[in-house]
Amino acid sequence: MTSHPTEDRAERGHPRPTGRPVGALRAAFLVVEGKWTWYRRNWRATFFSSVGQPLLFLLALGLGIGSQVKPGAVPGGVSYLEYLAPALLVVSAVQNATGESTFPVLSSFKWQRVYWGINASPITPHQIVGGQLLWTAARLLLSGAVYLVVAAFFGGVRSPLVLISLLFATLAGMAFAAPLTAYVATVDDEGQTLGNIFRFVLMPMTLFAGTFFPLDRLPDFVQPIAWITPLWHGTELARGTVLGGLQFWPALGHLAYLLALLAGGAALAARNFRRRLAN
Amino acid sequence: MTNDDRLTGDRVADNDVADRGVADRGVAKGAADRGVAGGLAARPGLRSNGPLLRVLPAGLYAGRGRMLVERAFLVNRRSWLNLVSGILEPLFFLLSLGIGFGSMVGQVAGPDGQPMDYAMFLAPALLASSAMNGAINDATYNVFFKLKYAKLYDAVLATSLGPLDVAVGEITWAVIRGGLYSSGFLLVMLGMDLIASPWALLVVPAALFVAFAFAAAGMACTTFMRSWQDFDLIQLAILPMFLFCSTFYPLSVYPRPLQWIVEWLPLYRAVELMRGLTTGHVGVGMLGHLAYFVVIAGVGVWVTTRRLDKLLLR
Repeated sequence: MTSHPTEDRAERGHPRPTGRPVGALRAAFLVVEGKWTWYRRNWRATFFSSVGQPLLFLLALGLGIGSQVKPGAVPGGVSYLEYLAPALLVVSAVQNATGESTFPVLSSFKWQRVYWGINASPITPHQIVGGQLLWTAARLLLSGAVYLVVAAFFGGVRSPLVLISLLFATLAGMAFAAPLTAYVATVDDEGQTLGNIFRFVLMPMTLFAGTFFPLDRLPDFVQPIAWITPLWHGTELARGTVLGGLQFWPALGHLAYLLALLAGGAALAARNFRRRLAN
Repeated sequence: MTNDDRLTGDRVADNDVADRGVADRGVAKGAADRGVAGGLAARPGLRSNGPLLRVLPAGLYAGRGRMLVERAFLVNRRSWLNLVSGILEPLFFLLSLGIGFGSMVGQVAGPDGQPMDYAMFLAPALLASSAMNGAINDATYNVFFKLKYAKLYDAVLATSLGPLDVAVGEITWAVIRGGLYSSGFLLVMLGMDLIASPWALLVVPAALFVAFAFAAAGMACTTFMRSWQDFDLIQLAILPMFLFCSTFYPLSVYPRPLQWIVEWLPLYRAVELMRGLTTGHVGVGMLGHLAYFVVIAGVGVWVTTRRLDKLLLR
């Protein structure tokens, strides 16, 4: 499929056309490659916010405030540092996912217009969405792995099971990234809406979805809010994997919810990208 | 907390985008005048209030910093929700950590070593942090956008205003914003019964002091920034301060040498100031904290003025 028209023309002495049709997966990878090319030169700019920030939280809260936590207050009898570490892995995944799906996406539509450039090639809007989401997932895996390596130095990593937690964290991040990407594809203001997402969605989610303390410490009426956040489901999975105590059916429920968010978000994103880029 | 706004346009996001149109109209004029004005412009100490001096290019200070404050009011009129919602962040922290987390901690050692309720310990520290964050955000990202992209100050300096007016005007606006947030937060603390002393009335003026110092220092740093990437350095200073300056736990957690370092960080002093006022542990030592902030503010304003002068008028 990929070869014959091009090669025939080349053999007949025609110049090679610039746009060469490739398979859908390969096309999405080309989008990822574009992102990677940028990232290879500019990763330093994201290093602090994606790895440094959760580590600082781990040190300040895990060690500092951990020394003040009443004995027995943490469920399961582990130290507060061990309790916090897997949850911060998920928080940083969701935060990186938000960072990767908001301004970079809006900018690719509006300021730098990267998507329009790609769209002028044979790569379709659906493949652009695929590439965008694949790239986000790769970023989350990479940053999470680096965070784990450094956290291990401070005694925050309890067992190799944390590698499974890394997968759950990435899934939770993607379950937030996909619907968010779909939404950002419809945004056209200068980014005030996006600022509000950080302020009204990401921030409260971080603070109220069971990261720093068990959910039952909050008033009853707040708890259902946490249930709809991907962060809480991801935290339950990641923490349960490392500290033990993860039951089969609840785990399946968390997984199903996250996968549904991811699939629904991706479908919606594909539709919105197509709408925006097609005309 | 931040996001990775890595792409060039990204920081545009805040409330300053609204003024792009306003600012752009001034650009051409500012740039054209600069060539002519360059030689005469920067005469230190020149106060242009006579009619003759009005005609001449601006000196350092025309006593009209308030015009920039008025402009900020006009610009933010349409995005007031964005402005007001800034108070929600410390509030979320207070509700989440003060209540949820507090139940795991119970009591911690307060300013005099006596155990105190965790929420009561945390709240004044969050107030100090929000004064810092508000001032820094206003005096760094927004100022950088106006300086580099909107070319607002080129336009401003083409009028009778000088670099000191710009510094004073912008910092004043940041302080007004800081005052707004700290008053709102103080009311919430009052409602949640987290204030133990009438000295708390002094919290708002103290917060203004703190905001002034951070805004001045932040703006001075901004004049050295080359790109948005450089702002990571500011985050690198702000976030560790927020986390480690006895905001969430008492200083006694640290070994002695580390305590000594933390004691010299500005946020620690701001936290001490606020915590002392809301709990009623007021001493002469607080004047030392105030003096500390006066020095930072003075140096900040001076550096900002000199840098703007150098960047825009020479």
